[in-house]
Amino acid sequence: MLRVICALLLALFFIAPAYGQNAFQDLVQTHAPQIIKGSVKTAPAVIADIQATKSPAATTFLQNWQSKDLWYRRADDLIVTVTTDDNKTYTLLGLADQSVIGTAQKSEIKQIKPNSGLRGLLGTALVGAQLASDDLTTRRSSLESLARDPAPEHLAPLRAALNAETDADLRAKMLRLERLLTLQYDTDTDERVAAINGFAGDLGLDVRARLNPLLDTRLQLSQTPPAAGTFARMITPANDETLSVTDAYAMLVAKGWASADISSDDKRKTLIVNIENGTVGGVDIADLNTDENRDVAYAALVDAGIAPIDVSDADIVSAVETAYFYDTYIEQSPAVIAAAQTALKRINTKVAISQTVDLFLDGLSLASIFFLAAIGLAITFGVMRVINMAHGEFIMMGAYTGFVVQQVITNYTLSIIIAIPAAFAVTFAAGVAMERLIIRHLYHRPLETLLATFGVSIALQQLAKNIFGTQARPLTSPDWLGGAWQINDVIAISWIRVAIFVLSILFFLMLWFTLNKTRLGLETRAVTQNPRMAASMGINPDKINMLTFGLGSGIAGIAGVAIGLFAKVTSELGSDYIVQSFMTVVVGGVGNIWGTLAGAAMIGFLQKGIEWMNPSNTLAAQTFMIIFIIIFIQFRPRGIIALKGRAAGD
Amino acid sequence: MSGALLEVDGISVSFDGFKAINNLSFNIDSGELRAIIGPNGAGKTTFMDIITGKTRPDSGKVIWGEENVSLIKKSESDIANMGIGRKFQKPTVFEDQTTRDNLTMALKNKRKPWAVLFYHSNADDRAKVDDIADEIGLSDHLDRRAGDLSHGQKQWLEIGMLLAQEPRLLLVDEPAAGMTVDERNHTVTLLRRAAETRAVVVVEHDMEFIRNLDCKVTVLHEGSVLAEGSLDHVTQNQDVIDVYLGR
Amino acid sequence: MQGPLGKFMLKHPSTLVFLGLLSLFTIIVTIGSEAFGYGFVSTSFVKTLGKTLCFCLIAIAMDLVWGYCGILSLGHFAFFGLGGYMIGMWLMYERTRLIVVNAAENAQIPMTHQEIQDAIGTQIFGVVGGSDFPLVWAFSHLFWVQLALVVLVPGILALIFGWLAFRSRVTGVYLSILTQAMTLALALYLFQNDSGLRGNNGLSGLQNLPGLESTDQSLISMWFFWASAFALGLGYLLVKLIVESKLGNVVRAIRDDEARVRFLGYNVEVYKLFIFTLTAVIAAIAGALYYPQAGIINPAEIAPIASIYLAVWVAIGGRGRIYGAVIGAAVVSLLSSWFTGGQAPDISLGFYTIKWVDWWLVLLGISFVIVTLYVPKGIGGLFDKFTKGAEQ
Repeated sequence: MLRVICALLLALFFIAPAYGQNAFQDLVQTHAPQIIKGSVKTAPAVIADIQATKSPAATTFLQNWQSKDLWYRRADDLIVTVTTDDNKTYTLLGLADQSVIGTAQKSEIKQIKPNSGLRGLLGTALVGAQLASDDLTTRRSSLESLARDPAPEHLAPLRAALNAETDADLRAKMLRLERLLTLQYDTDTDERVAAINGFAGDLGLDVRARLNPLLDTRLQLSQTPPAAGTFARMITPANDETLSVTDAYAMLVAKGWASADISSDDKRKTLIVNIENGTVGGVDIADLNTDENRDVAYAALVDAGIAPIDVSDADIVSAVETAYFYDTYIEQSPAVIAAAQTALKRINTKVAISQTVDLFLDGLSLASIFFLAAIGLAITFGVMRVINMAHGEFIMMGAYTGFVVQQVITNYTLSIIIAIPAAFAVTFAAGVAMERLIIRHLYHRPLETLLATFGVSIALQQLAKNIFGTQARPLTSPDWLGGAWQINDVIAISWIRVAIFVLSILFFLMLWFTLNKTRLGLETRAVTQNPRMAASMGINPDKINMLTFGLGSGIAGIAGVAIGLFAKVTSELGSDYIVQSFMTVVVGGVGNIWGTLAGAAMIGFLQKGIEWMNPSNTLAAQTFMIIFIIIFIQFRPRGIIALKGRAAGD
Repeated sequence: MSGALLEVDGISVSFDGFKAINNLSFNIDSGELRAIIGPNGAGKTTFMDIITGKTRPDSGKVIWGEENVSLIKKSESDIANMGIGRKFQKPTVFEDQTTRDNLTMALKNKRKPWAVLFYHSNADDRAKVDDIADEIGLSDHLDRRAGDLSHGQKQWLEIGMLLAQEPRLLLVDEPAAGMTVDERNHTVTLLRRAAETRAVVVVEHDMEFIRNLDCKVTVLHEGSVLAEGSLDHVTQNQDVIDVYLGR
Repeated sequence: MQGPLGKFMLKHPSTLVFLGLLSLFTIIVTIGSEAFGYGFVSTSFVKTLGKTLCFCLIAIAMDLVWGYCGILSLGHFAFFGLGGYMIGMWLMYERTRLIVVNAAENAQIPMTHQEIQDAIGTQIFGVVGGSDFPLVWAFSHLFWVQLALVVLVPGILALIFGWLAFRSRVTGVYLSILTQAMTLALALYLFQNDSGLRGNNGLSGLQNLPGLESTDQSLISMWFFWASAFALGLGYLLVKLIVESKLGNVVRAIRDDEARVRFLGYNVEVYKLFIFTLTAVIAAIAGALYYPQAGIINPAEIAPIASIYLAVWVAIGGRGRIYGAVIGAAVVSLLSSWFTGGQAPDISLGFYTIKWVDWWLVLLGISFVIVTLYVPKGIGGLFDKFTKGAEQ
């Protein structure tokens, strides 16, 4: 029994809205004449009446009205929306639930086209309704869409909604938008100035986007000097970047204050048109290969009344000089302009500071990348004095190892954790193999080492190409490394770069410890400085060389994983870094990792600095950086941190 | 001739805090033969490096010749051309080239690339080379690769190259190292003969060799002069005995 | 034989042998060419051979600077490329000018000088979105000036760079890295669109000589082949004269013990600078002959890797012997173009087919390691053993 009642109640529940929707159509029909007529005067009452239903259909209806999607049947003024396949036969849909009412021919129905004033009213009503909606998500999304495309009439509903808003977070956002709209659209100057002052020092992009238009100017010209205080700045076209003399003259011509300049192309066309028996204006065609002769011929045509008179360059200059060109503010209120200028100045100062910090962070992150790429070399080249041109390929091998691991283990976090030791193992083995097979035989023949390892480098690169193909392979970072650390609206640094920075610090500490505080480090230094003496003290130089070289190569492998996370993994990955890596080690000073740190810092900051001065051109920045380094080496041939005297050797 | 040929006055140099040369002063006259002795690390080689321009002293003066030219800012090649020849501890001859080429390269001639490129050997130069080869006992080895010579022959070839440069001052670093007794005697003769026409400074460890040279001796210790005089005089100096035998 | 040159030849018969073989080779190619003979050497192969001769010439320069003077320069291909750019500018300008002028023949009124310049500029720099002539093209209309620049620009660059590097006593691998950096800087600079040399588009159409549109490529290719052979012969003779002179002795001495040479009174830096600059100029001349045969030059040609390959050729051929450099450059570059050109037959192993296009570089890399380790004197070294054996 209970079940039956429940079922009945449920049925009723479903029927009720349907009934309500029919009622909605009826309600609309009562206002049909006003809606069809679309008068701004009568509309507010109609809108209010419809919004009073608080039904979703009402919002849809108002939206359709605004976007000219409402139609009515000529026969009975039935207001509907329509669909059509062929633009001849239309299917009529009810307002309440989009149910099919019937069909009609094009001639039987008519579109309702509200004028712009009415559309504005509708928009405001819609915004107000949505901002006042009971649903928080609706309010939030409507605020977002409002912020994207605000208009003066939104100010009132926004203020109304602000007073009623209960959610603190949303309220703060509303308040911010309200302030922004106030400074732009409010009719009261004091209100606007207050709003502007409220934003002084705010770094938000939205603030700058609202403040900058207040200082927009319009280029004006007049034949009398403008009164003091009515213009933003005077412009002298002869020495102004924003307005060339040619453009200024074109403005004069447009005003009708000067006659048009005949372009040399037009002049040529005129001359061609007037060729008669091999001459134009008395000048032989063959002689028309200089501008002077063409001017003579054209002047003859002007004298004959065939061509319009040309303006000489001197005329243009003097015509431009007699007129006054100036920018005026579009904004009318001087108080608002002054407030905006002050506010923007403060904001810009703050932006400049933030940008400097951002540049510093960029430089820091580039430096840590260079450091990571070069740290392996600091050991093999810096400590052991072995030049390994295949170092870049070890970095590449590390990156590909990471890629292969990710093919097997799909959890990104786990795969990165596994990839790091795996890359170390692979490149350590490769390094040891190379040391045993090649480098061992070439100690004391550094140039030969360079060439042999270069052979290894091209072979490895081509092998990688044969195995993995030429297209870039992605090495995906785990989610927690995605995105950026947003410090304020200007300063942001991606988490990967932060991770690389941390990694390079870790590497530095680890290596410093290994080289200076462990037995291996001691023995390495002993073997490098005097292998025979070291051997007589019971150190096996072969083993130490092998291990040290393996360590340097292994670190290159780990660097490869890190670099692969932000750069595409290709077979050329290594060769992109090899020259910079050697530069880093050489500039820093061979033989200690402090030098490598200093070198990486210098090269990283330098490159970012040069890029900042010439932002369009990374290639030029690299060029200038290398030239700088070549010159730098003139003054400090042993690098920034140099070992002095005998220990440095020759 | 009045005045010293080379005057070294109060030079000091340090490497990473280690004072290799400490306020060292030293004079040599033209035509003088001088031996320098001292324990390892006494600064003998660094001293030569400074005179020949390889190392710049932190302070002090190095004055050369009658015109009192300062050598401190001069390059190695300029100093060599002014008349200071140097022989290294290890024999350094150009092993890939013949004895004759080695000597010809060292002959006092124009040193500018163009002059060298268009150089044609003339009878005069050939005679000089033959004379020197004769003096150093390598006449029969003129067309051999220098690398194929024995250790002693290489040392002599290097001395021969120094003679070919016709320097006014010869700096010779351990010429007798690794030589047989006969070779040593020959070397002593060579150096004594060389000193007849120019100043010669010999750095050596071997006391017997120094005794044979029979000349004034300067003892260096920790970068400065410990004693100076005849060999007998310095070997009786208590400081020198302390340094050599340990305290 | 008469005169000092004749005496020199008699003293060094290998030079005579080399020049004789080169002449013989030139005659055979001429007889076999499509333009003058039986046509069994195709025009494209004549070009390949002509280009190979240019490679041999730069290899000689590399041998002088590395094999004899001990400076492992990883930048000589940059000079080669610069030489190519310098002559390429004139070729491209002049050819474009002739096209523009020809097109203007049909115009109703003749073009002014400015209009011609603008039209040429648009033609040449349209690809990088410009039409104005950059400053570096100031002399591109003057053949003789541009020809002089072939030598002057790389020469002066080598002079400045060498002066900076040598005076700060940068030697050995450090110097190699520095030269590599210089090359990279130059290549990166040229890659920019606003470098004034058409960015990564480079200069193209260089095989068409201005005013000789109606001349067949088979003929032009022979001219360049002869010019390259002549330049190689001349370069060989020049370098041989240098290395056999007293200067050659000094230079080898610098290679073996720089410091000792200084104490002999030679200004080592000046000598190195002389050799470095001279070889840069030879490299530039080789480049100026090479690129009209290749037809196109772009910054990728200058990339550091090219200069390392140059070192590879010389090492495989044998350092310190000029004919070694020639053999190395000829063998390796011809093999490279044979393998990478797809002519070499693939080897099928059943389960895997070895495609030489893919595996040639691996083979080259490995063989390079083997040569460095086990045959440090290169192919030329084997040659020496052979001739010495015959003498004894």
